[in-house]
Amino acid sequence: MTEATVLPVIWAGLIAFAVLAYVVLDGFDLGVGILFGAERDYEERSVMINAIAPMWDGNETWLVLGGGGLFAVFPLAYSIIMPAMYPTIIGMLLALIFRGVAFEFRFRAETVHGRWWWDNAFFLGSTLAAFAQGLTLGGLLQGIKISGRVYAGGWWDWLNGFTLLCGLAVVAGYALLGACWLIWRTEGAVQRRARHAAEALSVVVLVFIGVVSLWTPFLNPVFWRRWFDYPGILLTAPVPVLVLLLTWGFWHGILHRHHATPFLCATGWFVLCFAGLGISIWPMIVPPSLTIWQAAAPPASQMFLLVGAVVLIPTILTYTGYSYWVFRGKVDTGTSYH
Amino acid sequence: MFPVDAFHLARAQFAFTLVFHIVFPAFSIGLASYLAVLEGLWLRTGESAYLDLFRYWVKIFSVGFAMGVVSGLVMSYQFGTNWGAFSDRAGPVIGPLMGYEVLTAFFLEAGFLGVMLFGMQKVGRRLHFGATCMVAVGTLISAFWILSVNSWMQTPRGYTIAPDGRFLPADWARIIFNPSFFVRLPHMVLASYLSVAFVVGAVAAYHLLRERAVHGTAKNPAVRRMFSMAMWMAAFVAPAQVVMGDIHGLNTLHYQPAKIAAMEGDWTPQRDAPEILFGIPDMKDQVTRYKIELPHLGSLILTHSLDGEVPGLKQFPRAERPDSRVVFFSFRLMVAIGFAMMGVGAWSLFLRWRRSLFDNPWLMRAMVLMGPAGFVAVISGWITTEVGRQPYTVYGLMRTADSMSPIGLPGVATSLLAFITVYAVVYTAGIGFLLKLMSRPPMRGEPDPPADQPIRTAGITPGPAGAVAAQ
Repeated sequence: MTEATVLPVIWAGLIAFAVLAYVVLDGFDLGVGILFGAERDYEERSVMINAIAPMWDGNETWLVLGGGGLFAVFPLAYSIIMPAMYPTIIGMLLALIFRGVAFEFRFRAETVHGRWWWDNAFFLGSTLAAFAQGLTLGGLLQGIKISGRVYAGGWWDWLNGFTLLCGLAVVAGYALLGACWLIWRTEGAVQRRARHAAEALSVVVLVFIGVVSLWTPFLNPVFWRRWFDYPGILLTAPVPVLVLLLTWGFWHGILHRHHATPFLCATGWFVLCFAGLGISIWPMIVPPSLTIWQAAAPPASQMFLLVGAVVLIPTILTYTGYSYWVFRGKVDTGTSYH
Repeated sequence: MFPVDAFHLARAQFAFTLVFHIVFPAFSIGLASYLAVLEGLWLRTGESAYLDLFRYWVKIFSVGFAMGVVSGLVMSYQFGTNWGAFSDRAGPVIGPLMGYEVLTAFFLEAGFLGVMLFGMQKVGRRLHFGATCMVAVGTLISAFWILSVNSWMQTPRGYTIAPDGRFLPADWARIIFNPSFFVRLPHMVLASYLSVAFVVGAVAAYHLLRERAVHGTAKNPAVRRMFSMAMWMAAFVAPAQVVMGDIHGLNTLHYQPAKIAAMEGDWTPQRDAPEILFGIPDMKDQVTRYKIELPHLGSLILTHSLDGEVPGLKQFPRAERPDSRVVFFSFRLMVAIGFAMMGVGAWSLFLRWRRSLFDNPWLMRAMVLMGPAGFVAVISGWITTEVGRQPYTVYGLMRTADSMSPIGLPGVATSLLAFITVYAVVYTAGIGFLLKLMSRPPMRGEPDPPADQPIRTAGITPGPAGAVAAQ
């Protein structure tokens, strides 16, 4: 076991953690943006925004850490994935711009028309960002053509039935997280509607999880072996069981009017899906052929950043937790954003 | 002016997104420190004008910061989308530095920003002040790493080159603290402080002028306080920046003489060189036309001696020359603004000595006019240093032409158009909102970001007259 063997494994774990943190955290605030389209009332829309306003910025930063970490530690993967997923990455960035500024701008719009415009920017930006992330995920999962050290595929490789399915699945999944977050953090009419939305979305999301899970092993024989051969099956077998347990927990929480339980269970689904994804592609960073060791920067680069990461990631987690603690509880009009 | 191909459009895209982005970090770096100073002074003196100013500027900060975050996100992904070969080869060296930027600064800002913007009642004064300071420190750490990356691209040190062409780190201290880092970082931080000082000064001057127009005198204590603070900054930081710029020039002369020759429009190396004040460089005929020159000054500025030798572009093969037609003008614009800022600062010192700082409408008009000057200087400075680094991404080692991703013309053209469209909408609206916030004067008892109501108070809030009447 040398540095060159171990360091990429550690870093793959850290980047996977950053991406998972991003998916769960920005997932719920993008989800609130997606649900925004179904809400009409100005005051209630404001409550929805205020339920995520203090956190969205910090949440989005995990995306920069995921991208930045990839660039720093797996520069080859970064320089292949970005051109391969060019339209979905650029589309996601533009969508995030729109929704990011809409947070600030909608409250400052003076006319009904202006507010309508920024509210729609918020809704469409959130939805498009989620969809683009799903497309990117699907495009990565199905595999990327490489020749030498550069992307060798075509301009439209990222667009097909599987990637579209992944795009829709991520939109539905984020909307579910958003609905559950609103159940947790709001009261009254907004909470009631969020609960209805969560009930319907949970069914949709489970169907998507099922279809994507059934499709994935057929993309690549390696995935198939990983899932169904010993010892991989030891890891994959508990996943459906845990999904079922969480489903029970979710409905228990919904039916008994718990506030936090649905969110925690929905987050659990995401964690399990992510774990399933990890089991599938390990140790590839760009399926089907580029491993984390081939894509890694030299140990000196990984070690240098690791020193900082070991100190700073726990610190970051601590004060992210502190920020969430400060803004705990229901959104009430006295402590809101604007 | 340039051929339309994927390469030039990708460069145009980088330039376009960088120009729009850099304004906001500069604004955030300067304003975060200003906010920390304001809150600190309020805690120390208990003067409500400081708290009013803090609350006034923190709203503006939140809009500017959001625009910096989203445009920064674009920058961090663009290295991969458009400049994949550069990312692959230079990633092992600059990737970890950018990783540190994200880890330390970005998170510090984003994590504590929430507390700073929303939490004064929730966490208490001292902890809130702590959060404000952390945001300010975060913006500075952010600048530290980004300028380290940029400086390494200008003056690479501490690396080895692998057989496959990748740059590998050999000595991190030499990579981070490379020879141009020590001049570039203070130059940018001072530029950020000056830019914000001139924005604050312009906003103050605007409200002083409006109040004078109605009442004959300007009494709003918060406005007077911020005008005075801004003018102190202009008086002391502008000269410091001119000195820093001179040091930067000497550094560039030593490490990137071709850049200096292009900036100066000099074609043949010479001793006792004149300084070209104005001219039009011609890259093809290798001459600067319509020159207006001051004798001796070129050597004096660059070498601090009358007969020092300054470089000329003809010393370098054509394929190694940065485009003088761009950097000659961008450099002059930056320098002119720097001296104008220093002039305004000196003027304010004189008026202050005469005890008439708040009585001279011409100074105020000049300040309103120069409100955006700092940003123009920042942009032209970055254009100078980035275009001056051409034709390389890693100076002397990796050509820009070899740095691209395998992306075709339609892809780059489409994304460039999309960026231009989106930025046009978003930045027009954003700058509009910022100007609207600034068009209202800070008032006594300036509200926190108001509780449940959105900020759309322009029609309800008393204007300057009402604010004065309320005192």
